[in-house]
Amino acid sequence: MKVVSGLYYTKDHEWVKVDGNEALVGITDFAQHQLGAIVYVELPEVDAEIDGEDSFGTIESVKAASDMLMPVTGTIVEVNEELESDPSLVNSDPYETWIMKISISNPADLDELMNAEEYEAFCNEEA
Amino acid sequence: MDSVKKTALYDEHVAAGGKIIDFAGWALPVQYEGIIEEHEAVRNAAGMFDVSHMGEVEVTGKGAFAFVQNLVTNDVATLEDNQILYAMMCYEHGGVVDDLLVYKFNDEHFYLVINASNVEKDFAWMQEQSKGFDISLVNLSSEVSEIALQGPNAQEILQKIADVDLTSIKFFYCNRNVTIEGVKCLVSRTGYTGEDGFEIYADHEGIVKVWQKLLEVGKALGLKPAGLGCRDTLRFEATLPLYGHEIDQNITPLEAGLGFFVKLGTDNFIGKEALVAQKENGLPRKTIGLEMVKGIPRQGYEVLAGDEVIGVITTGYMSPTLKKNIALALVDAKYGEMGSELQVRVRKNLFPATVVSKRFYQKNYKK
Repeated sequence: MKVVSGLYYTKDHEWVKVDGNEALVGITDFAQHQLGAIVYVELPEVDAEIDGEDSFGTIESVKAASDMLMPVTGTIVEVNEELESDPSLVNSDPYETWIMKISISNPADLDELMNAEEYEAFCNEEA
Repeated sequence: MDSVKKTALYDEHVAAGGKIIDFAGWALPVQYEGIIEEHEAVRNAAGMFDVSHMGEVEVTGKGAFAFVQNLVTNDVATLEDNQILYAMMCYEHGGVVDDLLVYKFNDEHFYLVINASNVEKDFAWMQEQSKGFDISLVNLSSEVSEIALQGPNAQEILQKIADVDLTSIKFFYCNRNVTIEGVKCLVSRTGYTGEDGFEIYADHEGIVKVWQKLLEVGKALGLKPAGLGCRDTLRFEATLPLYGHEIDQNITPLEAGLGFFVKLGTDNFIGKEALVAQKENGLPRKTIGLEMVKGIPRQGYEVLAGDEVIGVITTGYMSPTLKKNIALALVDAKYGEMGSELQVRVRKNLFPATVVSKRFYQKNYKK
């Protein structure tokens, strides 16, 4: 299982790469491995405002559909439309394959998330 | 997963990198390499499944034929010795107790193969129905292990290690005296994938030898160990029903579109009266195929005509072979004409769904 340092992580296995007030969001290597082959990513609407821990979209493997949860409250700035034609990018390169770019409402919310070491320990406990 | 049962092949699954889940109380691999890779191996070469969780019940005695004929919906009288029949056991009201394979060894000796999740319920049901028949019923489920070897290369692979000419085992026939790696096996040309293939029954110790040898000789012919994940996608594409999805105690075989396996013109069987009445009065519901451009249909999703909910998805997938979003749905029989447009609720969205033939994949049986 690969964990990248310098990112924030959620208990729901999303990663968050912060750049100023904005951030890219994707799902972790652990998550893509648990899901198996990903066949569809339902992306959120640009400009939607979504509360932290609410569902922003759905990711579907062959077997099941799973909600993806907003890491922190924010507004959707951009979505990765490449995933509409090739959702398997999430499997092949989970940390380079961002799902959406958000504008963070309150940067202090990031303090609630895990860093790489904490996330790795969290996954080891779950596995 | 301390309370779940392990099959004799558990260590083989772990060694091969299987992702183990709890399925009907059994620790079994949902996948090894990946559902899609394993699915494609079965369609194009061969795959091998541990299906030791399936239940087996032996029926012996002078009344064996009469008992089985009364128990199941299909006509057991058509069977030759060592021939096999797909059938259902129904309740008096026509709902399904379980679906099963009926192996006829001779008129006084049958072997019934049932679903893992239903073994206890089925065996109790059979015992209840056995009153008045001169038979003995034995639940062999905990003693028998089973491998399903499936795919176009299955025969060539198995022939390398079996002492019987496999072309002599025709579609839905079996041979009880096949020796594989010194292990005595029951081998039938049956399966649950829509491909040619065999199901191999042996004792726990023997099945491990068969599994290991098959992997060894099958490798060059593209054989892969395959998990429960692709077992479901394969059976779904081939429109083979699964208990708890297309059939259950509240769905009749006729509503599920399995009328071919219900012989209403023959001897009495449990549930016949209700099924005859349902056929005469018209089916309240029917099973249809759906295809969607957007949204992946899954079991339990609502099917709508206009604003009205008219049914439910029983199984749906992004089909690995057809690369389409397809589903089986149980709907009000007034709807579902071929080519008509319905909708499926996928979470908060309604997406269009076209009614298509439910023969999604053309089966490749060797008949």
